[in-house]
Amino acid sequence: MERMFEWGGGVWGGVGLAALQILAFMVILLVSLAFLLLFDRKVWAAVMMRKGPNVVGPFGLLQAFADFLKFVLKEIIIPAGANKTVFLLAPILSLTLAFIAWAVIPVAPGWVIADLNVGVLYLFAISSLGVYGIIMGGWASNSKYPFLGGLRSAAQMVSYEVSIGFVIITVLLLVGSMNLTDVVDAQKGGFWNWHVFLLTPSKIALFPVMLVMFVIFFVSALAETNRPPFDLPEAESELVAGYQVEYSSTPYLLFMIGEYLNIVLMCAMLTILFFGGWHPPWPAPDMEPGSIASLLGALMFAAKVIFFFFLFALVKAVVPRYRYDQLMRLGWKIFLPTSLAAVVIVSGYVVFALPRAAG
Amino acid sequence: MDSIQSQVADYLPIAIFLVIAAALSVGFILASAVFAPSNPDPEKLSAYECGFNAFDDARMKFDVRFYLVAILFIIFDLEVAFLFPWIFEVAAGNQAAFWSMMAFLGVLTVGFVYEWRRGALEWE
Amino acid sequence: MQLIAFYILSTVVLLSAFLVIAARNPVHSVLWLISAFFASSGLLVLIGAEFLAMLLVVVYVGAVAVLFLFVVMMLDVDFVELKQGFLNYLPAGALIALALLAEIGVVAAATAAREASGFDPSPGADTNAEALSRVLYTDNLMLFQLAGLILLVAMMGAIVLTLRKRPGVRRQNISEQTNRRREDAVQLKDVRPGQGI
Repeated sequence: MERMFEWGGGVWGGVGLAALQILAFMVILLVSLAFLLLFDRKVWAAVMMRKGPNVVGPFGLLQAFADFLKFVLKEIIIPAGANKTVFLLAPILSLTLAFIAWAVIPVAPGWVIADLNVGVLYLFAISSLGVYGIIMGGWASNSKYPFLGGLRSAAQMVSYEVSIGFVIITVLLLVGSMNLTDVVDAQKGGFWNWHVFLLTPSKIALFPVMLVMFVIFFVSALAETNRPPFDLPEAESELVAGYQVEYSSTPYLLFMIGEYLNIVLMCAMLTILFFGGWHPPWPAPDMEPGSIASLLGALMFAAKVIFFFFLFALVKAVVPRYRYDQLMRLGWKIFLPTSLAAVVIVSGYVVFALPRAAG
Repeated sequence: MDSIQSQVADYLPIAIFLVIAAALSVGFILASAVFAPSNPDPEKLSAYECGFNAFDDARMKFDVRFYLVAILFIIFDLEVAFLFPWIFEVAAGNQAAFWSMMAFLGVLTVGFVYEWRRGALEWE
Repeated sequence: MQLIAFYILSTVVLLSAFLVIAARNPVHSVLWLISAFFASSGLLVLIGAEFLAMLLVVVYVGAVAVLFLFVVMMLDVDFVELKQGFLNYLPAGALIALALLAEIGVVAAATAAREASGFDPSPGADTNAEALSRVLYTDNLMLFQLAGLILLVAMMGAIVLTLRKRPGVRRQNISEQTNRRREDAVQLKDVRPGQGI
């Protein structure tokens, strides 16, 4: 931010520059999201041996933009019994929260909007707020299906958040800092330093633990974003569309963009926490912020995010939906104790067995 | 005080981001309100209930189990909150802090075992 | 700049706090409460306590307010009836308000005295969280373990108060399911056509 003040020649110039940077970032994010949406549908279609959207533009590339226009041109329906303010506030809140979580994601060395000391905690805090949009939407509709969906979703997200918290702690224990750039830089120098394949000689004993942590994080991320197989809040065979039943037009669109932004955010978190962020899987020289190399770093980051998004899309297509009691059992009785035990193991290893440079 | 100043400046972009994102979200809804048709009728505005008219109000009492989940979540969330600053001490190799946290986690594990045995984690 | 931010945020805190008690709809009250929490976490950022600011959001907004929202949305309490008892509780409420006011006064006086000697949110460390970690687990061991015990009591209390066993519920026993062999379940019978078993 200081740089912004310098370049902008004062506080307001700096604020203006930062605003421009943020706008550019948001536009890039939204445009990539449009193509990721199409990608999601194409993967889904390919698994079912269909073609997927292929009419609008070459290979259906413009499908998402056409959908967008259509959403904007549809009537906003607010049910008569609904609480109007909360009904409209819920999608706005959802999308806003999904956006601001991206402020701390480091895309490449130095490419981060706000480099906070407590970046990880910020992400954890913002993602724990995602539940509000859904409960508020479900309650404000004053209709039964949305209400049930909102309730289910709240209990589900809350249950898996605990394991996500513990998994994040295990990664932070290895890094010793809550800054996301530090987390990424702790994994540089080849894929054997990534937290998912921890094959460095000094930490190889933790390899199985961290691999399990990665799996738990991935599955919890599916549950946290209400993706199949954990899409019970909007299970169409039971709840029609869950908390979104009464929504139409752009309010619905906001929910949907927010949901997908959260999914991509989870992919970015997986990349940062476990897959070395912008670092390539081979030993590479340090990247200078703002150089050509850092641009390659950003591409590397994007490639990893897209890989995880592909996994999310694949899971949606191939795994059948969980039952609610099985979902709760998995979260509370398996993930929670496992990740808690992992926190103890990793911390014990770091304190007692890890060779320390000085003192 | 200088370090505080620069630290606070780190949060400024987040505030700007918040304003822009909120404006964009409101903008979407306004765009639809302006461009889209609006001709409500009572049938269209009634709550959806599989083609029936809604039987009664959707605000109803709910299974107490959901509150239990929320309370347990608060407790474990606090546990995670206590773990966050602990990583610095672990990274520094502070054994006293390590054992202190183990005692803390031990106490909470007792609670966890208790709730497991009482069947509070069963969903029926 | 910081001063402007301070005034904006404190205005939001005060206004939201007022609306928490003034709003007619209890759900709106909780939403205003959340806005008050948010603005106070902004205030914590302003004095450099960023770790506490984040924790305020994680714990109060992310967990406690969710429970509040659950309760007011789903408990189906008749709030009009509750409000009618307002006058009966007024003396007790006023007493609590006075006590809180006195406490705020004491804290303000103490802070003013300390402010004169300079205020550092992260003494002897780079960040607020590190400074906190230095003292939390070892120097304040007693308080830390006490916090653990309080959490344990809260957990047990919640279970004792809310857990109800419903009779006649069929549960899934996963190990039983996966341990089921073919021999336990399937029997081969030679059935002649037209005769049945």
